[in-house]
Amino acid sequence: MKLGPVTQFLMNDRAGKYLLSILLAVAVLVPLMNLTVPEGSALHVSTYTLTLLGKYLCYALLALAVDLIWGYCGILSLGHGAFFALGGYAMGMYLMRQIGERGVYGNPLLPDFMVFLNWQELPWYWSGFNNFFFAMVMVALVPGFLAFVFGWLAFRSRVTGVYLSIITQALTYALMLAFFRNDMGFGGNNGLTDFKDLLGFNLQSDSTRAVLFFSSAVALMLGYILCRSIVLSKLGRILISVRDAEARTRFLGYRVDKFKLFVFVVSSVLAGIAGALYVPQVGIINPGEFSPINSIEIIIWVAVGGRGTLYGAIVGAVLVNYAKTYFTAAFPELWLFFLGALFVISTLYLPRGVVGLAADLLEKRRSLGAGGGASVQAEPETPVESPQAAVADDSKSSKESEIELSTN
Amino acid sequence: MQTKHIPQSSILYLNGVSVSFDGFKALNSLSLDLKPGELRAIIGPNGAGKTTMMDVITGKTRPDEGDVIFNNSIDLTQHDEAAIANMGVGRKFQKPTVIESLTVFENLELALAGGRGVIASLFHKLQTKQRERIDEILTLVDLTQRANEQAGALSHGQKQWLEIGMLLIQEPELLLIDEPAAGMTDVETEKTAELFKEVSQKHSLVVVEHDMDFVRALECKVTVLHEGRVLAEGSLDQVQKNEQVIEVYLGR
Repeated sequence: MKLGPVTQFLMNDRAGKYLLSILLAVAVLVPLMNLTVPEGSALHVSTYTLTLLGKYLCYALLALAVDLIWGYCGILSLGHGAFFALGGYAMGMYLMRQIGERGVYGNPLLPDFMVFLNWQELPWYWSGFNNFFFAMVMVALVPGFLAFVFGWLAFRSRVTGVYLSIITQALTYALMLAFFRNDMGFGGNNGLTDFKDLLGFNLQSDSTRAVLFFSSAVALMLGYILCRSIVLSKLGRILISVRDAEARTRFLGYRVDKFKLFVFVVSSVLAGIAGALYVPQVGIINPGEFSPINSIEIIIWVAVGGRGTLYGAIVGAVLVNYAKTYFTAAFPELWLFFLGALFVISTLYLPRGVVGLAADLLEKRRSLGAGGGASVQAEPETPVESPQAAVADDSKSSKESEIELSTN
Repeated sequence: MQTKHIPQSSILYLNGVSVSFDGFKALNSLSLDLKPGELRAIIGPNGAGKTTMMDVITGKTRPDEGDVIFNNSIDLTQHDEAAIANMGVGRKFQKPTVIESLTVFENLELALAGGRGVIASLFHKLQTKQRERIDEILTLVDLTQRANEQAGALSHGQKQWLEIGMLLIQEPELLLIDEPAAGMTDVETEKTAELFKEVSQKHSLVVVEHDMDFVRALECKVTVLHEGRVLAEGSLDQVQKNEQVIEVYLGR
């Protein structure tokens, strides 16, 4: 199938280079504009905006993780918020232990909520979390391990399509109910909050926040590079093969379950890292992060941005969350309707998301330009139409395979 | 354990294979013996058990009873699809199944014999020899011109050919092919029959087909299946004269 030059350009790695350059610029400029540009200047970025953008970057990393499995391997996880939240809790536990005697009850060992519950000693699973390095290992290990066990069971039993989506949703829901319980030892309803500092740096200070922002941007860049190299390898083509023709892949001699498991674990670790970067910036982690609606929202970000492109997921996460920030402030009661409409519109009219639309528009403009330049008959129309028709065809077939998946 | 009689040097040996789905006997004590390098056509009316037989051989369906022996020694009922594929049994589906959003070249690259592990694939680099092998197959299935196009853009017949190419590049000892001529033009059908005859010099082939002209063009031994068992076996002319076959096919 011949793709038009612009579509090809966007599908090419050059789009990634643009993305990485923009991210690098943002990573450096936004903190600088916050720290060095005096307040009142038009170029000043407030700490509020900085934190908000940092949050978007964490969401973008999460969306990237989901696009890797959904866009390339066809695994529609409706429970990825769980891995994000687990990474967040691991970071939150470290931050809780850093509070020490500065808590309301002044207990050097136990976090406030444990004192409140009359607990005498630290539960075993809280030990080690005073060590930053250990906590960071847990940020990756806990979501990765859960994904491994869950994926091993699900993929080996060949649970696919809608059934897989439903059990991932059940997974995050079950975790939410568990974390709501006080005797789980994770702060129950209130979660973990009142953090003071990270590695000795005050979390309220502008410079710490700038560093966290910078780290989030760097994590997103590294995450993109990792996902991109996976997708470009032969393994990436096997993932696409699993998405498009799972049985064929199996009869070619590939153990489909192992490939799914690998990419699912990688994705969950990325989600965990995103959660760990998110928590110190927003200052709280509670069981609400496990709520099923959160996981569904991630899918909307990816669908709106453009599934199966990686950069589309990043664009989608930032766009939808910007809209969310705006709408929940301006028309709070309308946000959910807007979100629903967005999902319907992107499914019906934007099967390739915003980046697909952008590619089509650029294509059209380019072809119009070419048409004006070449005064030969109506010929230019044909080569212009065909790539678009081909692309539309492609998205149709991917939609069909989705339906096929869900009815299996 | 009773000793089983396994004929010497058969590439595929089915003995008394039965499969039932909810009481329906899809295969009823089916036996089949295929010699190395043999080309065999399987015909039979709908529901005769042709596809179920393929499912059993490739590990998709476990038989209730019976033996499926590959290469005189390997009991295929003990292995899964991926393992059986890696032992050298290639399968072509009834509906052409290629990976539509990958290019023709990439489809063949995935099928190419070689490492099937996760880590191996992550760091895989295509060797010059492998590239040459892909080019060779592209020439054989007449798709060199379209190597860099997405497989989804191919015509129905070309997809069938690509899938056959994907089987051949795995260098299987045994090829199972389900209705290759379906949806092909007469010219394509003719070319396909020629290709199979050529391929059978090096591989053993089992071809399931409805198209009698195609079966005739293959010039090989024919097995007629009916209600999950072998009804007749022999040359096409022989089986076409068989009273039972006529009855089953023409419903007299």
